Amino acid sequence: MELPRTVDVVVIGAGAVGAACAYFAARAGFRVAVVDRGSIAGGTSSACEGNILVSDKEAGPELGLAQYSQSLWRGELAEFGHLWEFESKGGLVVSAKPATQAKLARLAGRQREAGIDVELVDGPELVGLEPHLNPNMAGGAYYPQDAQVQPMLAAAHLLRLARGMRATVHPDTQVTGFTRTGGKVTGVVTGRGTISTDAVVNAAGTWGGAVAELAGAKVPVLPRKGYVMVTEPLPAMVRHKVYAAEYVDNVASSDAGLQTSPVVEGTNGGTILIGSSRERVGFDKSFNPRVLAEMAVKAIALFPFLADVKALRSYSGFRPYCPDHLPVIGPDRRTPGLWHACGHEGAGIGLSVGTGALIAASLGGGEPALDLAPFAPERFNGQAPGHTTEAAHA
Amino acid sequence: MSRGAALFDVAVVGAGPAGLAAAVHAADTGLSVVLVDAGAQPGGQFWRHPDEKAGLDEGTDNHPVEAAGHHDWKRFADLRSRLYAHEAAGQVAYWRNTQVWLIEPDAVTALGLTPTLDVPASAPDGLPATVRARHAILCPGGYDRQLPVPGWDLPGVMAAGGAQALLKGNRTAGGSIAVVGGTGPFLLPVATGLAAAGVKVAAICEANSPSGWLRNLRGAVRAPEKALEGAEYAAALARHRIPYRIRTAVTEIHGSARVEAVTISKLSADGSVLPGSGRRVACDVVALGWGFTAQLELVLAAGAETCVDVDGSLVAVVDGRLKTSVPGVSVAGEATGVGGASMAVVEGELAALCVAAESGAASAGAAGMGVRIARLQRERARLRSFAVAMHRANPVPGRWHGWLTPETVVCRCEEVSYGELCSAHAELGAGDARSLKSFARPGMGWCQGRVCGYATASIAAELAGRPFEGPAAAADLRSMAKRTLAAPVSLGQLAALVFDGPDLETPDFAPPATDKGHEP
Amino acid sequence: MPELQLFLDGEPLAARPGQTVGAALTEAGVTSWRTTLRGGRPRGLFCGIGVCFDCLLMVDGVPNQRACLTPARDGMELETGTSTQTRPDKADTDDTAPGGVVSGSVAAMDGGAEV
Repeated sequence: MELPRTVDVVVIGAGAVGAACAYFAARAGFRVAVVDRGSIAGGTSSACEGNILVSDKEAGPELGLAQYSQSLWRGELAEFGHLWEFESKGGLVVSAKPATQAKLARLAGRQREAGIDVELVDGPELVGLEPHLNPNMAGGAYYPQDAQVQPMLAAAHLLRLARGMRATVHPDTQVTGFTRTGGKVTGVVTGRGTISTDAVVNAAGTWGGAVAELAGAKVPVLPRKGYVMVTEPLPAMVRHKVYAAEYVDNVASSDAGLQTSPVVEGTNGGTILIGSSRERVGFDKSFNPRVLAEMAVKAIALFPFLADVKALRSYSGFRPYCPDHLPVIGPDRRTPGLWHACGHEGAGIGLSVGTGALIAASLGGGEPALDLAPFAPERFNGQAPGHTTEAAHA
Repeated sequence: MSRGAALFDVAVVGAGPAGLAAAVHAADTGLSVVLVDAGAQPGGQFWRHPDEKAGLDEGTDNHPVEAAGHHDWKRFADLRSRLYAHEAAGQVAYWRNTQVWLIEPDAVTALGLTPTLDVPASAPDGLPATVRARHAILCPGGYDRQLPVPGWDLPGVMAAGGAQALLKGNRTAGGSIAVVGGTGPFLLPVATGLAAAGVKVAAICEANSPSGWLRNLRGAVRAPEKALEGAEYAAALARHRIPYRIRTAVTEIHGSARVEAVTISKLSADGSVLPGSGRRVACDVVALGWGFTAQLELVLAAGAETCVDVDGSLVAVVDGRLKTSVPGVSVAGEATGVGGASMAVVEGELAALCVAAESGAASAGAAGMGVRIARLQRERARLRSFAVAMHRANPVPGRWHGWLTPETVVCRCEEVSYGELCSAHAELGAGDARSLKSFARPGMGWCQGRVCGYATASIAAELAGRPFEGPAAAADLRSMAKRTLAAPVSLGQLAALVFDGPDLETPDFAPPATDKGHEP
Repeated sequence: MPELQLFLDGEPLAARPGQTVGAALTEAGVTSWRTTLRGGRPRGLFCGIGVCFDCLLMVDGVPNQRACLTPARDGMELETGTSTQTRPDKADTDDTAPGGVVSGSVAAMDGGAEV
């Protein structure tokens, strides 16, 4: 499709976050063009599990964004839920040791105060919720709000709906620079032409830092690699998204080395998805079976029956993470005309719609539903990427 | 190389024509060899034969029952007896019923092994989790390429090679009246094999025209032995009164619980269906094959370069010594370009001798081996030119999508219809095979795109309005063929990598117990 | 030649030594032994050589075995249908009209086209 000459908003990135930005911006009446250097939902959105979780988030701004997003997934977007397989399967966090369970209970207490539905469960109750779970667990916490979508379909359908509201979508269109007038970004230069625009939304995910760089703005988004394994189809053996309490620590950690923590969940097709791993290896796409091996060890510890189950395939992708594990959302005061919506790490699918709605509100000059200050692009000024504390999850 | 060596000189994957030749010739030069094959006995698909221990084989390698329906059986029998001799002597460790799920090329290549079957007691005794070798020769072979057609998921419809495997391996014919369809010379042995087993072959539907292979065989091509083979088939067709219908395709398959009939239609020169030409033919077996797809997961997993061959298949890029772009990894047989068993045997030997020459193998005998390598290279070139002529004469019809309906299943595993692929393109913007896979799931099921990969890639090009060729076609084929796990592997076995992976363990050379049923 | 005695869902099934389970079933006139998850369509042998996984069945209690590769053994217990067939939610996974909008309910939510 021909690039439009002039639009109100150019969204860079056709993943889940870009698609949500395009959808809400188009719905707000903006003329939107979405450009992506690859295909629709071809980046991190095609290499994840489609999580919409509240369970893995400490009380704070990210949890607030997760709750806001939940209200959209379950509210005004509910009518489309079947298109992207929205499933409120519920999350079950389990602790192997009493000490971990005590820590989990404290986290759950803070989350409950923030408005999250969470229920502590003891060992016998765990078996009732998950009959095939290793019976030697100390306890757990059940989160009925944890949900999931098929992320590629979510992105593709949000874009389809946006197209129905005059938006245009341009895959295979790489951004090579910006046009500026007196410091303000006024256009996007691509390999296939230039689009004049009032506003640009950087929703380039893991490559958000590189896109920002083209506009002379620094946003410290780094890739954090993860693998997912898919098993053979089986009868329903795992009912919820089940993961070990240590996962929460790993999510919040900035360790560069390989970390794995078991995340196990069944799907409607009968396959079981197994995660998770985190490692900082740049954009190295090479396949490392030892990561799968570690994930397998831990998944079997959680669900012993998995030892005899076959893995059919695996995939890997790169979570876009910022040093403080919070996304970058909002206008870039250093670069008028540029908004950011990237750096959602492993939570981008769940947080996408909240992010899109906040961006649309901000583009219109209105008051967003949440305070954007914690997500401000300028918050890293003076900090080099990777040299930061655990501010968000301390 | 001594028996106690911690690693092998050569790992050969696949015991079909190429792998068998590679293993035997490598062992002949004194190299230690580990041969890994998914099947229970050597021969691959081409030399598939009844269970050697089941009493059909009465002890001689030329037994007429075992050799029935086979070309070049003597060559196989010779290679097989040499393999068994090498196995008995400890020169070749031969792991049967074993699949390679992982390949990690390095200075030493590691292969992760898993049993083909999970039925109790079916795993080979003492199967190591990994084997390591200085060189890997991948001989994965191929399987029938398929084009979806309405009703092709009905029971009784089989891949041409599947119908043949039932005959060759089990002496079982899948029914009483057969229609064989697709393109290429392979349809002939399938049809004559069925006829010889007492099945009435109602028609062979060859999508291309007689200016194709039959004409090519009459001396235009440098392969007189193939002309002879062709003449034998022509005689068999006449003897069994098998109608050979050219520019004809099976365009619909009918039945409820199983196949009951097919519609065969005439095709125009561009491969589109001639309206009104369809007629119904009753049958209970349909055998379909549109050339072959090379089994490429290990090649891709090794990181070797691939390209699209003359026949539209994704194949490994190799040099004159059958080396891939990855050091230490060679490929022989169909995975370098579909060329048939004779060429595969030549390539297997060539790959083995090149590795031997490079390794300074004991019996390398410098000059003699160089001469032999040069001869094999010439032979390979001759057979390759024949194969190319065959591919040119038997292309997949450019307009084959014309016989698809919105309801036609494309991906059999995930039951993805052509209509769903069209929607994924038109409504969700899928512009390539990978996006089709993301939005509609073709290739995501049990077979991981092995069956629908070619069709999905071809459909992606058709929907996007681009010709199915060049780098875009290669990218589409690759995205359907790349698999991190080359075979399903249990989580328990995967977990074992943490404790005794290739990095931590150097397995001893321990050939499996020789099968007592074989006299080497 | 001695016959082998197998059981298909408890019913006797004869096989010849050296035959695969798939061949024995075919020879006995059984052409399909599982139905698909979405469409409930019958499936049996297709590729015949272990590539397509269409011919899956339960063998001696082990699910998802390829009939085309599994040698028949005396006393072997075969069960039709893949294990996933027994899932209670199979009925509501078949509600898409071909040619319609690609609907979420048909897929299985184990995304990840990236390999």
